[in-house]
Amino acid sequence: MSWLTQAAKGIKALTSQKKDIPDNLWRKCPKCSEILYHRELDRNLWVCGSCGHHLPFTTEQYIGLLFDEGTWAETHRGITSKDALDFKDSKRYKDRIKASRQKTGKEDAVITGRAQIGRIPVSASIMDFSFMGGSMGSVVGEKIARALLDSLRHREAAIILSRSGGARMQESLLSLMQMAKTSAVLARLRKEGIPFISILTNPTTGGVTASYATLGDINVAEPGALIGFAGPRVIKQTIGGDLPEGFQSSEFLLEHGMVDIITERRNLKENIERTLHWFVDNRDISVLRPPRG
Amino acid sequence: MDWKKKGLWLDFEMPIVELEERIQTLQDSASVRGMDVNEEVERLRAKASKMGKDIFAKLEPWQRVQLARHPRRPTTNDYIHFIFDDFVELHGDRMFRDDEAIVAGMASLGDRKLMVIGHQKGRDTKSNIRRNFGMAHPEGYRKALRLMDMAVRFDRPIVTFIDTPGAYPGVGAEERGQAEAIARNLREMSDMPVPIICIVTGEGGSGGALALGVGDRIFMLENSIYSVISPEGCAAILWRDGAKSKEAAKNMKLTAKDAQKLGVLDLIIGEPIGGAHRDHEAMSREIKRVIQETLAELEVIPINELLDQRLQKFLDIGVFEESGKS
Repeated sequence: MSWLTQAAKGIKALTSQKKDIPDNLWRKCPKCSEILYHRELDRNLWVCGSCGHHLPFTTEQYIGLLFDEGTWAETHRGITSKDALDFKDSKRYKDRIKASRQKTGKEDAVITGRAQIGRIPVSASIMDFSFMGGSMGSVVGEKIARALLDSLRHREAAIILSRSGGARMQESLLSLMQMAKTSAVLARLRKEGIPFISILTNPTTGGVTASYATLGDINVAEPGALIGFAGPRVIKQTIGGDLPEGFQSSEFLLEHGMVDIITERRNLKENIERTLHWFVDNRDISVLRPPRG
Repeated sequence: MDWKKKGLWLDFEMPIVELEERIQTLQDSASVRGMDVNEEVERLRAKASKMGKDIFAKLEPWQRVQLARHPRRPTTNDYIHFIFDDFVELHGDRMFRDDEAIVAGMASLGDRKLMVIGHQKGRDTKSNIRRNFGMAHPEGYRKALRLMDMAVRFDRPIVTFIDTPGAYPGVGAEERGQAEAIARNLREMSDMPVPIICIVTGEGGSGGALALGVGDRIFMLENSIYSVISPEGCAAILWRDGAKSKEAAKNMKLTAKDAQKLGVLDLIIGEPIGGAHRDHEAMSREIKRVIQETLAELEVIPINELLDQRLQKFLDIGVFEESGKS
């Protein structure tokens, strides 16, 4: 293990310790402005008790929520961004990466692993919005592609939980190509009869929506999430007018046929488990239904 | 095309255009007076050609952006006209409507029959409105997919021409699943069992470009660009100042040479001196040659091998560091 990863681990421990003693015991719901007590929020899986708004959940919280206890094993660690374009806006891309790694204790905007959901084995990728807006560059594309290849190799269902502003601008064309890369592996899963469940959470936009996030055999969304291709601001500018009420929300996508299921966070695991059961062998849920012939 | 309309030329091309005008004037007046000016014309031509080479040798990324969007630049329909025979345009996605920002149809090239698909920009306001400036809606990508599927069923190779600012960001586009339409094309094109050649001819703008851009070979014309977002969009987001487009263009590494360095491109197709818009026919001849050579190369590869190579090609794209083991 390099000293960098060690350092990153150390930082991770620090931040998680810090979370146990929040500076701020109270949070304001961004939707209904209700003041929420943090213990109450924890109990409620960070869903506002007053209006049902789903506040951001951390990657660790999702791992705890989705997978059977003790089954999560992280894969593909140690893949980190390289500034291939030597990109600099108001800050250097290199520095933005460094700052994000320090802030989040993560290597990049996705964590991959293998785990079980109701004893059904899965290969999963959990995106993280707190790392540069969950943007997809070479690292995210590579890790997700590898996690999908794991699904192919082990013949187990693939799960990706998305929350992302889209492709990472600082890697421009390389980021764009990650859309093709991940989608290309999904084509193989499809051919081999391996199910893919895409979970869309707030927000999922741009190149992530326009690649794997909408390609699930089943697309599942948390309520009230912003999901779309172009950002609402861009569309507003383009059309020069106001957007319809509820535009690009999970509910809007369900109505327009883009997602299968909207589920509250507290039912997320149960709903995914239920759909997974449909794909596995009746006598042995640890294996997928074998292909015909 | 009206070559005299100065508004349609870029600033940095003006010296060449003016020199060419002088050559024309000289020839015109010489022919009226019956003078022999061949020697002088030759001399000026050589000068114009050298000037063109010099100017184009040191273009800034932003100037490439301007060339890629040049109002005189050949469009997909121009290429189709010069490269293929028997083109039959086909319309519609069979679900919603025909999107004229994408043209597609059957064509032949020598003995080969193939499917040709490309973004279509207009040349003036009227045709640009009809073509939506080459920005497709979901039905455009779905039309493309429908016809690519047909190409697969009848074992015909596919050639795509990419030239779009991006997928259209509008209410209807979102309602009808712009993201899903693009995503589906990426997935399907990555595994279609016929040779696919993708050529970025002008603007390779974001997901809207990539939706026609997954294939066995990716080519870019010398003065085309390919990026995740327009320089203007990038500047607006990262610099919070749309006027920083030039700086964004420089940072984004969006030229053909950059794309080649990043390992995305298979080949840069050279343009006539002064750019593709100076000679549509010569540009088309060169593309035609490349398509024919490439198809000959791809056709002999067994299909499963071709598909494995295609997947591997995309798996290999990406630059990162890897330490230790997972």
